[in-house]
Amino acid sequence: MISASGVAAQITELFLAVALAPLMTGWVNQCRAWLQNKSGPGPLQPYRMLGKLFQKESVIAYGASPLFRITPYILFGGMCLAAAIVPTLATDLPFNTAADAIALVGLFALVRVFISLAAMDIGTAFGTLGARREMMIGFLAEPALLMVLFTASLISQSTSLSITVGKLLQMDLAIYPSLAFAGIAFTMVLLAENARIPIDNPATHLELTMIHEAMILEYSGRHLALIEWAASLKLFVYACIGIALFLPFGIAQGGDSLGLILALPVLVAKLAVGGALLAVIETVSAKMRIFRAPEFLGTAFLLAVLGMLVHFLLES
Amino acid sequence: MLPLSSQVINLLAAILLLLAFAMLTQRRILSLINLFALQGLTLALSTAVVAWSTGQSHLYWSALVTFALKVVVLPWILHRLIRRLNVKWDVETLLNIPTTMLIGIVLVILAFNLALPISQLAGTITKSTLGIAMASMLLAFLMMITRSKAVPQVIGFLAMENALFFAATSATYGMPMVVELGIALDVLVGMIILGVFFFQIRERFDSLDIRHLEKLKEE
Amino acid sequence: MEIFFVLGSPLLGGVLLSLWGHRKFAAELNSLMSVATFAAAAALTVRVISDGPMITPDEQFFVDPLNVFLVALTAFVSMTTSLFSRPYMRIEQAHGKLTDARLRLYHSMYQLFSFTMLLVLLTNNMGILWVALEAATLTTVLLVSLYRTPASLEAAWKYFILCGVGIAQALFGTILLYFASERVLGSGGGALLWTHLQHVAGSLEPTVMSLAFVFLLVGYGTKVGLVPLHNWLPDAHAEGPTPVSAVLSGLLLNVALYALIRCKVLVDGALQTPFAGNLMMGFGLLSVVVAAFFLSRQRDIKRMFAYSSIEHMGLTTFAFGMGGPIASFAGLLHMTVHSLTKSAIFFAAGHAAQKSGTQIMDDIRGLIKVNPTIGWGLMLGTVAILGMPPFGVFASEFLILTSAMRQQPWATPFLLVSLGVAFAAIFSKVQPMVFGDTNAKRLPHPPALVPVFAHLLIVLLLGLYIPPYLADWYRQAAKLIG
Repeated sequence: MISASGVAAQITELFLAVALAPLMTGWVNQCRAWLQNKSGPGPLQPYRMLGKLFQKESVIAYGASPLFRITPYILFGGMCLAAAIVPTLATDLPFNTAADAIALVGLFALVRVFISLAAMDIGTAFGTLGARREMMIGFLAEPALLMVLFTASLISQSTSLSITVGKLLQMDLAIYPSLAFAGIAFTMVLLAENARIPIDNPATHLELTMIHEAMILEYSGRHLALIEWAASLKLFVYACIGIALFLPFGIAQGGDSLGLILALPVLVAKLAVGGALLAVIETVSAKMRIFRAPEFLGTAFLLAVLGMLVHFLLES
Repeated sequence: MLPLSSQVINLLAAILLLLAFAMLTQRRILSLINLFALQGLTLALSTAVVAWSTGQSHLYWSALVTFALKVVVLPWILHRLIRRLNVKWDVETLLNIPTTMLIGIVLVILAFNLALPISQLAGTITKSTLGIAMASMLLAFLMMITRSKAVPQVIGFLAMENALFFAATSATYGMPMVVELGIALDVLVGMIILGVFFFQIRERFDSLDIRHLEKLKEE
Repeated sequence: MEIFFVLGSPLLGGVLLSLWGHRKFAAELNSLMSVATFAAAAALTVRVISDGPMITPDEQFFVDPLNVFLVALTAFVSMTTSLFSRPYMRIEQAHGKLTDARLRLYHSMYQLFSFTMLLVLLTNNMGILWVALEAATLTTVLLVSLYRTPASLEAAWKYFILCGVGIAQALFGTILLYFASERVLGSGGGALLWTHLQHVAGSLEPTVMSLAFVFLLVGYGTKVGLVPLHNWLPDAHAEGPTPVSAVLSGLLLNVALYALIRCKVLVDGALQTPFAGNLMMGFGLLSVVVAAFFLSRQRDIKRMFAYSSIEHMGLTTFAFGMGGPIASFAGLLHMTVHSLTKSAIFFAAGHAAQKSGTQIMDDIRGLIKVNPTIGWGLMLGTVAILGMPPFGVFASEFLILTSAMRQQPWATPFLLVSLGVAFAAIFSKVQPMVFGDTNAKRLPHPPALVPVFAHLLIVLLLGLYIPPYLADWYRQAAKLIG
């Protein structure tokens, strides 16, 4: 049912996501700088970067196909849709019915396919390199992510994220080993999919070690701005999925406007803590060599499967 | 909704299984020994929690013996051993790590299925953890099979014994004290003998690679 | 009271020899302690003959028809082996294969090994049974690798790991057993006492007991040397010093089988189906067949006889699996005579290897020429173990085969063929070793062959006449086994 509060929640969520995503990325970078004993450019730096990029001219290579041009828009649109589906502030979103958790994974996959194709479009070596690696990480991370979502849906008997969150909010406060395993697995998948250390270094300038950065080497101007924004949005959305599944307290249930208003500061607080935690993880880990990535993601898959099995054994 | 002690025991059981997997996929000997010590700690904690929640005081002694043996003495012996043998290499495995993990998952599913009829019969509060105990045992067994160096094989053996101890605690609130002490003694003596034995092997082969010990074949 | 001496004597011996095991009198001390153990065991046996089965007041140790003759047998063979070990080890020392430290280890571990075996036989507690059996493995691991050759190190490693893994399975089986019994007998030490368990066997949970038996069979079966868990046996029995091979082959296998039988009795009581028996028959038959065929390919004399041990233990397991008064009687008799004969063979083979400087059979020739006693010892021992009348092995094999023909006729051709193949293989290998031209050297010290002939004499006697109390025990034990 589409209720007024639902529509309000939906619009608020969408705008919030789009507006706050760069801030989250900036916050993570700032925390990293602090941990490395630097003063850092401040958490608003990504906005300045986006502003700068939008004003610049977008230069496109000679042999680029239309795919190259429309990919940034598809990326951004896909991430906005994902942000609309994930219940960050409330659970009664009209977009609920658009996609459940599995379709969400499919949406991410679609986005990944487009960026990989665009990377290969120009025909440079590094673009193809990045695309190949991205697909490898993707095909290893997806089963893990699906398993995590399955574990959560086993508890809530539905794959829709909103229903899952609603169910989790109603459950008693207890220690659920299956969710603990799934949480760790999800964190590992988050690190892999968002091109964070230990899989990929977002601040690297060494092309041979890049995964995500290598794919966007050819982009400039507004295209690059949209792609960077979409990447921030992806991190934001992933973080919100994690919060929804594992730390759902504070999310407003249907028709609760006061709850909706209270949900905002709770969300900001959770994201701040999560961002700091991400910075800590990035600082204490070292980037893995590429051939170790399958082991990393295999471990994530394993943990997720374990979580599911443990759920069957201990909690049912 | 289970009482808090049961939740804690379930969590510790899950951590035990996680550690068994971690040992299976671990590459460095030093981390392997530390994981083994951690497993012993988890075991001692869970025994203590069971003792507290069911009032069986002999389990406190059991937890103490486990702690002393498996968290302090055995890891200490192992650390000393690898220091003196100078064997801090990366472990080689027969199968690559993702394959080992997949086989491990299959074994876990197998163990859970096997343990289901028995746990239904058990009268303890920890009966659902029997499946985890069996799974840990099978994983330790897999670890023994897929390693080609001596020290990880031995650690796999000790991990198997850990899992069996957990099975005893989860199915029956622990074996009688005298039996448990006997088992602990066996494990300790076994470790000491192994220590001596490693030196003999090393003296002979200048290496602790098990593949040197595969020459006696059928003629 | 006697039980205390039977167990205390080897334990004391172990402690003393760990201090003095390298002195000149060490071998004599070893033999002395073993003689003391045997004396205590004999006293115990006499007591049981006159008073019947007994159990200590705290119910932790007991003697019934099943383990009384095994206790006597174990003590006897330990004693004769220690008497044999004296000159044998002297020769080994003269050949330069042993240092002082190793001698100390050897002597003390020998005594401790006797202790653990007797503990397995006398204890009433299934948990302590497990502990003692594992301890028996541990005491012998370092003995197998005594010579520090690559082959012996490998053998000891395999022995330790494979038996260790196996016995871990047996531990799980014991845990399941405790689990089943706790529901009936309550928790605490009483729930693992065999005498109690035997009484309430009918009310033990069948599913748990059958799962427990599978694990116990895998675990204790590894120590008995049942195929396919036998990999460690040929190596371990071939690479250690001969006295160690003799006690491993002759005694430890028996003791492990004894543990298995105790479990089988409980499981049969709980299940009331022939599940346990069928499993034992299957593994036993497999062992007989596989061992017989591997036998013919062996080139090392001790390995060959180790495979022969696998074959005979397989046969015994098969007999116990069949069940019934005659088959169980035959199994018990076979355990006794195999133990005596196999140790005698190892004694002779050990000296033969010392004379020729090698264990490869192709290189040992014409023993009769240089040392008739060794030659004849080996020949007679071989003839005995192959089941020729009038030795006792013939009697037990005959009984097993006839029971098989009556109860499990499908198995009989396999058994006959395997026994025939083993006969041909062993005889064809031993014959040229004993007769023909020789290349053997003189030994620095005279060999000890009294034990060899003592054993063979007993086996001969048992083949001709079984004393009434012995037959009575066998019958009562057979009834116990079911």
